[in-house]
Amino acid sequence: MKKDFRTPLARVGGLGSAKSGTGHFWWQRMTAVANVPLVIAFVVILVSLFGRNQAAVQQILGTPLVAVIMLLFIGSITYHMRLGMQIVIEDYVHGEIARPFLIMTNTFFTIAVALAAAYAILKLSFGV
Amino acid sequence: MAEAKVRERPLSPHLQIYRWPLPMAMSIAHRVTGVALYFGTVFIVWWLLAVGSGPGGYARFTSFINSWFGRLILFGYTWALIHHMLGGIRHLIWDTGRGFEPNEREWLALATAVGSVSLTLLLWIVGYFVFGGAR
Ligand code: HEM
Repeated sequence: MKKDFRTPLARVGGLGSAKSGTGHFWWQRMTAVANVPLVIAFVVILVSLFGRNQAAVQQILGTPLVAVIMLLFIGSITYHMRLGMQIVIEDYVHGEIARPFLIMTNTFFTIAVALAAAYAILKLSFGV
Repeated sequence: MAEAKVRERPLSPHLQIYRWPLPMAMSIAHRVTGVALYFGTVFIVWWLLAVGSGPGGYARFTSFINSWFGRLILFGYTWALIHHMLGGIRHLIWDTGRGFEPNEREWLALATAVGSVSLTLLLWIVGYFVFGGAR
């Protein structure tokens, strides 16, 4: 007797390997689009800070416009890189323990990067 | 009951006679740069925290980034960023269903490679000569 009466299509319907279907793909594209202007802005900020002393860098990064751009940049790239790295892990790591372990580690790492960077940017704006 | 049928697929007869197609190299480069950028965010966090920690902490960061090794990492990071961005835009073009003809794929791959190298060099030239960053 067949255990599963669903068609092969019904069995995978809505489920990607991440068990969350198209949401992952969509957010990867959405953040990719957002990344383009944000990365360009980041590069411009970076180059214009080249060679300046600490006080100047702190002052420029702490201005509202630059700080908000930096926060958007950090938010977009960290979400994007978490989704991207998850795909890489799912492509190469198949162990029953190793895969969920690395996927969790990936989430922990990106959240730590996002919050540490956000904390640092806000500190520059608001002072100690 | 409907079963998925797996068709036999043709195999390449000559595995040793092979040139890496440029689009394939660029595809792999997109993944490698993505992963490099992922770990490189640690440097962005270090930089931002160092700025906030005052002149002493910032001096420690700049002495690293001004060393040849630090410069190499920074150069590599800017190249990876630009390469991944151009490669990403290529992906977004593909997502609209365009750019799949063989000559188009070849052209897009070449544009990614040449574009990323020239934009990175331009960026560093501007950084050094306009902003005088050699300090
Ligand atoms: C500059 C703008 C960027 C654009 C347009 C962009 C675009 C993309 C796209 C479209 C993908 C999916 C590729 C695929 O489906 O195979 C991707 C993957 C990825 N991206 Fe980005 N990205 C950008 C910036 C970044 C940044 C700043 C990081 C890291 C800090 C990053 C990390 C990754 C990673 C780890 C992947 C997964 C690589 C893979 O699956 O092969 N990206 N990117």
